Amino acid sequence: MGKIVIVPITRIEGHLKIECLVENGIIKEARSSGMLFRGFEIILRGRDPRDAQIITQRICGVCNVCHAMASTFNLDSAFGLADKIPDNGRIMRNLAAGLHVVQDHILHFYHLAALDYVDVTKVAKYEGSDADLNSIKAFIGRGELGPFVPRYEGDYRLPDDVDRAAVSHYVKALEIRRKGHEAVAMLTGRIPHTASIVPGGMAEVPTVDKIASILWRLNELRSFVDNVYLPDVLAVAGVYSDYFQIGAGCQNLLAYGAYDLEGKNPDYTRRQRLFQQGTISADLKLQPLDLSKITEEVRHSWYESNTSKLHPSTGKTVPADEKSGAYSWLKAPRYGGRVYEVGPLAQMVTTYASGNPKVKSLVDSTLAHFKATPAALFSVLGRHAARALAAKYVADAMGEWLLQLKPGEPTFVPYELPEEAQGVGIIDAARGALGHWIEIKEKKIANYQCVVPTTWNASPRDDSGTPGAIEQALTGTRVKDEANPFEIVRIVRAFDPCIACAVHLITPKGNELGRFRIY
Amino acid sequence: MDSKTIEYPVIWLQCATCTGCLISILNSVSPTIKNVLIDEVIPGKHVNLRFNATVMAGAGDLAIAIAEETVKKVKGGYLLIVDGSIPTAKNGVYGSIGERNHQPVSMVERVIEFSRDALAVMAVGTCATFGGIPAAAPNPTGCQGLKELLESKGIKTPVINVAGCPPHPDWFVGTVASLLLSGLPSADQLDDFGRPLTFYGKLIHENCQRRAYFDEGKFAKKHGDPGCLYELGCKGPITYADCPTRLWNTGVNWCVGSGGGCHGCTQPEFPDLVSPLYVKTIEIETAPNKL
Repeated sequence: MGKIVIVPITRIEGHLKIECLVENGIIKEARSSGMLFRGFEIILRGRDPRDAQIITQRICGVCNVCHAMASTFNLDSAFGLADKIPDNGRIMRNLAAGLHVVQDHILHFYHLAALDYVDVTKVAKYEGSDADLNSIKAFIGRGELGPFVPRYEGDYRLPDDVDRAAVSHYVKALEIRRKGHEAVAMLTGRIPHTASIVPGGMAEVPTVDKIASILWRLNELRSFVDNVYLPDVLAVAGVYSDYFQIGAGCQNLLAYGAYDLEGKNPDYTRRQRLFQQGTISADLKLQPLDLSKITEEVRHSWYESNTSKLHPSTGKTVPADEKSGAYSWLKAPRYGGRVYEVGPLAQMVTTYASGNPKVKSLVDSTLAHFKATPAALFSVLGRHAARALAAKYVADAMGEWLLQLKPGEPTFVPYELPEEAQGVGIIDAARGALGHWIEIKEKKIANYQCVVPTTWNASPRDDSGTPGAIEQALTGTRVKDEANPFEIVRIVRAFDPCIACAVHLITPKGNELGRFRIY
Repeated sequence: MDSKTIEYPVIWLQCATCTGCLISILNSVSPTIKNVLIDEVIPGKHVNLRFNATVMAGAGDLAIAIAEETVKKVKGGYLLIVDGSIPTAKNGVYGSIGERNHQPVSMVERVIEFSRDALAVMAVGTCATFGGIPAAAPNPTGCQGLKELLESKGIKTPVINVAGCPPHPDWFVGTVASLLLSGLPSADQLDDFGRPLTFYGKLIHENCQRRAYFDEGKFAKKHGDPGCLYELGCKGPITYADCPTRLWNTGVNWCVGSGGGCHGCTQPEFPDLVSPLYVKTIEIETAPNKL
């Protein structure tokens, strides 16, 4: 039995360690460990509830708009505003989140995942007139190859022309995601860490020039998704097709839904959203979402064991960094006691199963391209394809939303801070299901709790010893070359982990809440 | 092989970070981030980013080795960049970067080990400069900013503070360019907090596009209103940065422009002493509100 330890897992957000026990080339056991803890929930306690929106964005600078949204939904619900947000505010929030997510998916594929498949050094032999490629050729010629070398060596299979195109797209993707950010900033002041998404709606107002300017940045994003991103994902998938059989994982998917198409239902779990809420497994039967089934378990996390199996609204956490048997700062969220995966795959499969014609056609045509069945979605490449298709689905929806904005109409509804209240905000973020919960007492935060996508995906074992989603996806995989364990990093990165988000903590003296309600 | 190119090795450590600083810096326009990393960003000079866990190809021990090797071989000749706050409580148990002899190496240990022989250390973002949000009360993990940590350990390596949550890409790229062009900044080029005066020399309030409203006593009463955002808690009057003139994200907008107000994110006071963010922080004598 050999051991492969990879720490840090690079090209993800944050500090993750992966440890695999390997026997005869097969991963027998995998452990995923979050290696940073900051204690956001402790820091939030006692503050003005409105500050939570600004502070929780700093949980993650990659997913900040998603946290801004979840936190704002949370505060809206606590302040009794969930069904009172003006349409302008609702639509601007959708646009900010959607534009953010599209650029985030592009960032993930090109700048985080691609170097597992694309060989930058092949550009050394490039003979052509592409300025970017020639500048990279000159860079290689100078001989200092950081940050692209050292790396795992061996399994780079792309034909030279496809490989070089991907390298040039790596550079173009930097520019296009910056333009995505510009469009977000027009709505939110700036990004990362936005200023104008606020409880009650938006502080920014729509104007005709902004609408036109955002529209044309959106058009550039859409063109990139259709003509570069999706074709590149398909090209990589065609050459690495064995990765449709690798990394299936738990095959239970959970989604909160995203992008409110109406603002009148105060219950986010039943609100009409562009992406469907619900849970689904390999049988592709959609089940309704029930937030009361969520618990977090801590037997293998560095937290006191007596805080296990609590619902996030009543959660408590006491760090215990010397606890035996623990190996992660992540807790283990479970739904109905079972392991679930979250992310674009879950977003697309739940929406697919709901009979959504656009998503059905996107998914079916992609599966047909590979002569594959839906079972192929539960894989490394299935996750990459689902992410790219999710980017296309939301990008294609946004043009219409822009035209629904009404300059001069309100974006914000005034409110009074409640003396005491509870709230919940849920949204499907770029990396999956994101939930924020709050309790307010004496107009201050008494308890704040986040359950974040990567906590679901990168969780350690739970109290019954069942491994988390990434751990399960790794287990059983054959590692061809233990010195260059491509399979491990490809499986892990396909989940787009964000560890800064995932590691969090509730107040050690958190007050018990009553039965959790949605306002 | 261009023998005339001078290489500047860079190690970038991410501590208790959200990665927002790096994401912000990716938005640099002229030069682009590609120009910074691939091209001679200043003629004849190339930034050789050897270690940054978010962008580098290699992983695990392979990645850590390159950083450790650089510290040993390029003694006194590499630039260390740190983003994120440094958790120091309980011997740094709350955050680690890589392992040594199968034991995690804490962030605080890494920062100290890599700072000693660096040419200079650049603290990027308010977490690395002043502690930022992870160091906010009650500071559960004992987070510190870089300068405070190095001073407590008697490490004399010069520190440059590029504050902001996140910093504007120009602040970072401009500071790097200035290092390559004219070496370390002199004391009169930095403010009392080690921030380059070029970017942090003036109050937001001085050049704010909503300043005329303030002078005339026209104050927004709720989000979305025209007017000065002072009554809504804007921290422009106590925050040093050039956001109002530089603007954000290729100049399309900024926090005050969007009606959200300034949260004081470049300041050592962020977030505790600028909280509550949406409540008027300081009493300034203002004209009677005419809105």
